[in-house]
Amino acid sequence: MNRPIRFTLNGKPVSLTADPERMLLWALRTDLGLTGTKFGCGEGFCGACTVILDGEAVRSCQTPLKTVEGKKVMTIEGLEKDGRLHPLQEAFIKHDALQCGYCTPGIILTAWSLLRTNPKPGRKEILDALEGHLCRCGAHNRIVLAVEEAAATRAGGGSHESR
Amino acid sequence: MSHDERDEYPGGSSISRRDFLKLAGGGILVCVTVGEASLLQEGGQRRAGQGYPEDFNAYILVHPDGRVTTYTGKIEQGQGAITSLPMIVADELDLPLASVDIVLGDTDLCPWDMGTFGSLTTRMFGPALRAAAAEARAVLIELASAKLKVPADKLAVKDGVVYERSDPRNKATYGELAAGKKIERHVTPKPSPKPVKEWKVQGTPVLHRDARDKVTGKAKFAGDIRVPGMLYAKVLRPPAHGAKLKNLDASEAEKVAGVKVIRDGEFVAALHELPDVAEKALSLIKAEYEPSPSTLDDKNIYDHLLKSAPQGEIVAQGGDLKKGEALSGTVFDETYLNSYVAHSAMETHTALVKIDGDKATVWPSSQAPFRVKDEVARELGLPPATVHVISPFVGGGFGGKTFNLQAVQAARLAKLVGKPVQLAWTRADEFFNDTFRPAAVVKIKSGIDAAGKIVLWDYAVYFAGTRSAAQFYDIPHHRTYGAGEWGGGGGGAAAAHPFAVGAWRAPGSNTNTFARECQIDIMASKAKADPLEFRLRNLADERMKRVLRAAADKFGWTPAVSPSGRGLGLVCADYSGTYVATIAEVKVGKGTGEIKVERVVCAQDMGQCVNPEGASIQVEGCITMGLGYALAEEVHFKAGEILDLNYDTYEIPRFSWLPKIETVIVENNALPASGGGEPAIINMGAVLANAVFDATGARLFQLPMTKERVMKALEAAARPSAG
Repeated sequence: MNRPIRFTLNGKPVSLTADPERMLLWALRTDLGLTGTKFGCGEGFCGACTVILDGEAVRSCQTPLKTVEGKKVMTIEGLEKDGRLHPLQEAFIKHDALQCGYCTPGIILTAWSLLRTNPKPGRKEILDALEGHLCRCGAHNRIVLAVEEAAATRAGGGSHESR
Repeated sequence: MSHDERDEYPGGSSISRRDFLKLAGGGILVCVTVGEASLLQEGGQRRAGQGYPEDFNAYILVHPDGRVTTYTGKIEQGQGAITSLPMIVADELDLPLASVDIVLGDTDLCPWDMGTFGSLTTRMFGPALRAAAAEARAVLIELASAKLKVPADKLAVKDGVVYERSDPRNKATYGELAAGKKIERHVTPKPSPKPVKEWKVQGTPVLHRDARDKVTGKAKFAGDIRVPGMLYAKVLRPPAHGAKLKNLDASEAEKVAGVKVIRDGEFVAALHELPDVAEKALSLIKAEYEPSPSTLDDKNIYDHLLKSAPQGEIVAQGGDLKKGEALSGTVFDETYLNSYVAHSAMETHTALVKIDGDKATVWPSSQAPFRVKDEVARELGLPPATVHVISPFVGGGFGGKTFNLQAVQAARLAKLVGKPVQLAWTRADEFFNDTFRPAAVVKIKSGIDAAGKIVLWDYAVYFAGTRSAAQFYDIPHHRTYGAGEWGGGGGGAAAAHPFAVGAWRAPGSNTNTFARECQIDIMASKAKADPLEFRLRNLADERMKRVLRAAADKFGWTPAVSPSGRGLGLVCADYSGTYVATIAEVKVGKGTGEIKVERVVCAQDMGQCVNPEGASIQVEGCITMGLGYALAEEVHFKAGEILDLNYDTYEIPRFSWLPKIETVIVENNALPASGGGEPAIINMGAVLANAVFDATGARLFQLPMTKERVMKALEAAARPSAG
């Protein structure tokens, strides 16, 4: 049954009254008004709904609200800080690492979580991290280049931390 | 034709151009007509007074503040029109790209358009927009001439400022010239008014202007639109195509607070103010169906297709097939099969429909907003002029979103519940309702003479359609026959398939190119000729030879007879005037049947290239998407049931599959720009099949080349009789 659920969303405390079994994806897209997180397959196969939960990339379509209580959630809307894009976002724009843009938020967030634990990933590590993400337009190679460049930028001091 | 006449046609813009100019606050409006009928082959219905070429297809408006807006009925689905079309306008008007805005796919603001497909946007709208922009510039020069009291030929333009060549201080901005004016001009496209060497914006790499919104989550897709009071809907899906609803019990679903269940004949839906609750409620509905009468499955479909093929037509022929056969030292008789594949855009079909009295507004994920307008109007019983379609960003289309059933369903529900309704298909809905690329069969009988020259080519394609079917080699005795189009169409073609079929990125051409270029390789191998040399020997078309050589140079091709063990494949094709040659390198797991594509080089001659960066991106996208239908994608089905309903069983290309991709845009400024969104995908089946043969000596005649099929082909090649 519905009850209040509190967590931190993009650095700010939020509370909503909802069924704790509801999936985070739908709460984000409706109750919380953040539509950058996309529905793609509903079963965790495609990665379009990926968000960051306490630093880890998770599939929000498979994440019940009860499991995020008291935790920190970051969506694609939380990556830009004070009008400044994250190096990953900059690199995606520079390398045109997207076409229709539908899978892009999820892929950027998985890349973000990779760089958090592995600031200088090799090509193989990037491919492994992104293997669970589907992109139908075929931007894959440019995405890998963008992640590599963002890693290099961060290593040069361009990083900014999670909220 | 005047706009007032035009507006009497169903589906016409609901505001006239005169009102439009008024609404826009004055300025200079140039309307342009796309004047080529050949694009109608795409399957768009031409309607009296509305189709190309009589009517206006794009507007350009020079605002009183000096900015310029382009209005077209195209949509942005990742192909880059939002960037490439303003580039054309900026160049012709001598404006920086940043001063040019574009409105896409808004049926109240933009002129009628058939839809965004067939790589037509640049090919058709390039010349149209160029002409409109050139006309707008001419008007501005006239105005400047009067205002500055200088003859037009003594004026020049830079960055939207008209000035006297000999006295640059005597100047006026476009804004100053357009302010207070209400000027309307109509033009038809002429040959490129401005030579390529004068392009400043086009021909230089430009980043996509929607990129920032797409990396920050701000870009709005249809499912991201919210209006007050809206409900989310989920529609009941039958278990199989052809299954009939027998019994329905919605009592459990109706017990869920706030849920509304709609039953209208066999059309059943659950609605709620939260989408996940609507979906949960739908799952509580108990429905019993009569099974589908279909006896077809993904194995027996090919025999069925051959049996049910309608009368076809010969689309190309020359010489005398009997003579060709007599001249042939060796005759090759082969059959090629291609499977049904899904569009599988990452965004499922989605639409929001809001009805206000006798007006409706639709936000669909569609490649054809004007078709949505007509379809929704018909569903609601409203005049098309009262239906306004607004096109958000489209999350991939590939041909699948020319079909707008979801918008019609959402409209039906919005009318029945009296509230705005957003319907986003689930992934299973998407697979079930998709208009698949049709399964198809190609039979080829060909022959070579003792000198290794092709002398016979008898080609028959069933159900792929005839695009890219006609061969372009220099063959004296040839015939190309096609039966059954790729579209739903009427008659036999539609009835032969157990579900809807339709345009899938480069319709027809994927199957036709697979068959033709495999056959060419089979003959080259038998003739003990290098595949490149064999093609060059049998081609008279110098442009095609140049593209082949460009690919070979980039790759570093060295001649060898296949199978050489190197795993190299090579093919070439003509897709609606764009020439494309591809070379691939593969490794084949001899114990597993797994194909790993290591490297793909693609050379493309698309005439003038407006946005080289955009063109490269499209080529890369084609190659990547092409890996899917070549290696893995196949819709499995049985008795009307679609067995692949999500990505657990339907595999599309993943990051680990990606080869190194190199693109060569072959410069050819002598020809106008042709399309680039599709050509490179059509080579992928044959280039990989030829590469597998080169690696192993095993020839595959069916796509996709799954591990199981590769293992079978390896076993067949290993048998002594396989010759």
